[in-house]
Amino acid sequence: MAKPTVAPVMRQKPFVPWLYLLPAIIIMTVFILYPMINTVGLSFKNADGSASAEVTCREGQPCWGSFENYRYALSNELNTSSPKALWDSFWISSYGNMIKWLLGMVSGTVIIGLIFAVWVDGIKSEALAKSIIFMPMAISFVGAGVIWKFVYNYGTSQVQTGILNAIISAFGGEPVAFLSKVPLNTFMLIIVGIWMWTGFCMTLLSAAIKSIPEEVIEASRIDGATDFEVFSKIQVPIIMPTIIVVITTMVINVLKLFDIVYVMTGGNFGTNVLATRMYTEMYTNSQYGRGTAIAVILILFIVPFIVMNIRRFMKEEAMR
Amino acid sequence: MISLTRTKSNGKYDFTRLLTGIGIVLILVVWLIPTIGLLVTSFRPVALINTTGWWTALNVNNGPESAQHPDPNASYVEKLGTRFTINNYVDALTGYRGTKSYLEDCKSGTKPLGLSCSIKDLLNPRGMGRAFLNSVAVTVPSTILPILIALFAAYALSWMKFRGRYAVFAILVGLQVVPIQMTLVPVLRMFAGMGLNGTFPAVWLFHTGFGLPYAIYLLRNTMSALPKDLFESAYLDGADHWTIFKTIILPLTTPAIASLAIYQFLWVWNDLLVSLVFLGGSKPVMTYQISNMVTSLGAGWHLLTAAAFLSMLLPMIVFFALQRYFVRGMMAGAVKG
Repeated sequence: MAKPTVAPVMRQKPFVPWLYLLPAIIIMTVFILYPMINTVGLSFKNADGSASAEVTCREGQPCWGSFENYRYALSNELNTSSPKALWDSFWISSYGNMIKWLLGMVSGTVIIGLIFAVWVDGIKSEALAKSIIFMPMAISFVGAGVIWKFVYNYGTSQVQTGILNAIISAFGGEPVAFLSKVPLNTFMLIIVGIWMWTGFCMTLLSAAIKSIPEEVIEASRIDGATDFEVFSKIQVPIIMPTIIVVITTMVINVLKLFDIVYVMTGGNFGTNVLATRMYTEMYTNSQYGRGTAIAVILILFIVPFIVMNIRRFMKEEAMR
Repeated sequence: MISLTRTKSNGKYDFTRLLTGIGIVLILVVWLIPTIGLLVTSFRPVALINTTGWWTALNVNNGPESAQHPDPNASYVEKLGTRFTINNYVDALTGYRGTKSYLEDCKSGTKPLGLSCSIKDLLNPRGMGRAFLNSVAVTVPSTILPILIALFAAYALSWMKFRGRYAVFAILVGLQVVPIQMTLVPVLRMFAGMGLNGTFPAVWLFHTGFGLPYAIYLLRNTMSALPKDLFESAYLDGADHWTIFKTIILPLTTPAIASLAIYQFLWVWNDLLVSLVFLGGSKPVMTYQISNMVTSLGAGWHLLTAAAFLSMLLPMIVFFALQRYFVRGMMAGAVKG
């Protein structure tokens, strides 16, 4: 159990450690643990938590009893009139968008981060190049939202003041309303996410690449490996554990994502994600039951990563 | 690819190197241009923002009649001077919503709606000046409180032996990834019962709760990595836990505390969701004001770009001045793996 990191001579009365821990435990219980349990409870209740969710069922409509909020959270955005309508509506629902975000943003940040880390490794202005990529990390999603809204700006027929549409116009193309055109808009939002988080992935991956012993690389070169072989057969396999950590961190970040969508489209035009939908249910509609049901669905996606985190931690502790 | 600079250059490598160089520059340009666009735009007059692209800012002759220099024979530098302005920043700071600009209105003697043309205008609830102060009022306690509490907890978890130590820490690791959304509704209801909604302590407490798991985790890892001889000799000299904590632990963990403080500071400063839910419009912070300008008020680009840049100013300074600490604070959680 307890590891020998504690000096054997350090002893204290049994209550002393809890005295040091008390403020932290109280605050975390009140603001994280208790609300989590409460959220699960509320998700089975009606809008204001005064009765079971069952009362919101309507005659002649499908009803899941106490799980009515979950039925709503899972199916409300879907159009079940035909298989094609179902398919189309799924891909602009918060779940379909979540899949787009996960695939697009996680692969985008990790791949660009990895390539950039390898490219700048050892060049003269490495530090400067890296801090340029990392800089968006320091600003808010809101700030980034404004920056990119301006990039995507859709002007008048005479003039394009958004740089992207100006470039398109200069090449004779038709300007595009990037943020309201489905399904393009979600991908335009994902680009903003990639812009913000690539620096994070790049820094972690770069540190891992630098920790590979020089001899390993040199030995493979003497054996005649090309640049690409060194990259794909030596560097990537060696830093795989770090790549996995980066991917899981990014997956969690994407699942929680709120600000970019809220600021840039407000979840309109089929760009909703779970977090913005939850906010709408809570605030715009005052539907606490439905809002919390969405929150519970969100945490169900995250639970595997909580378990993974704890496992990893236990492995580390065992190695101490 | 990695060893380009370490290999003797020959024809083939020079070519790869050139391609890599182009790739790097391309990525850097894509990363920089959006921010440069914002910065340049925030200093341009409204008339020009809406009629010409920011990349033509150095062309002094384009744009509508009204934006031209009164004297067509003026020198390039003179013309350039009228092509940039600080009006956007003044208007954003004071929350000016008129049709001209705050400075023009005040100069001509007509007081803008709800403003008095004095230094007090910086405190206008609609302006970014007031929002800046609110952001500071939210951020400073929300940074200090969790670190203070985490220091004690981390000390107990790293240098005291007791039953349940391991379990407490495992729970902490799990809590780190709990999404804020999972707790918003109950906490909101709780705060409503206590009359705390729309007050600063509500946000302080919430940020403290959510900052704690990571803060404790990071500090505990730092503290438990300290050599134990240090403690043993102090302990043998008769020092108790409190003395050791004060005289040995605190000085030695200062770099980690700095990293953590910067990380938490930027996290809270940049947060929108928590301020939106618990403070809303009653004490608007900078992120709230901007998101409001984007979503509902439809404020022009001149105000939006200036406001956005104002909100980025402090994070940028912190980032460039203390980059090393910031990166460390950001990475400590993930890099352990």
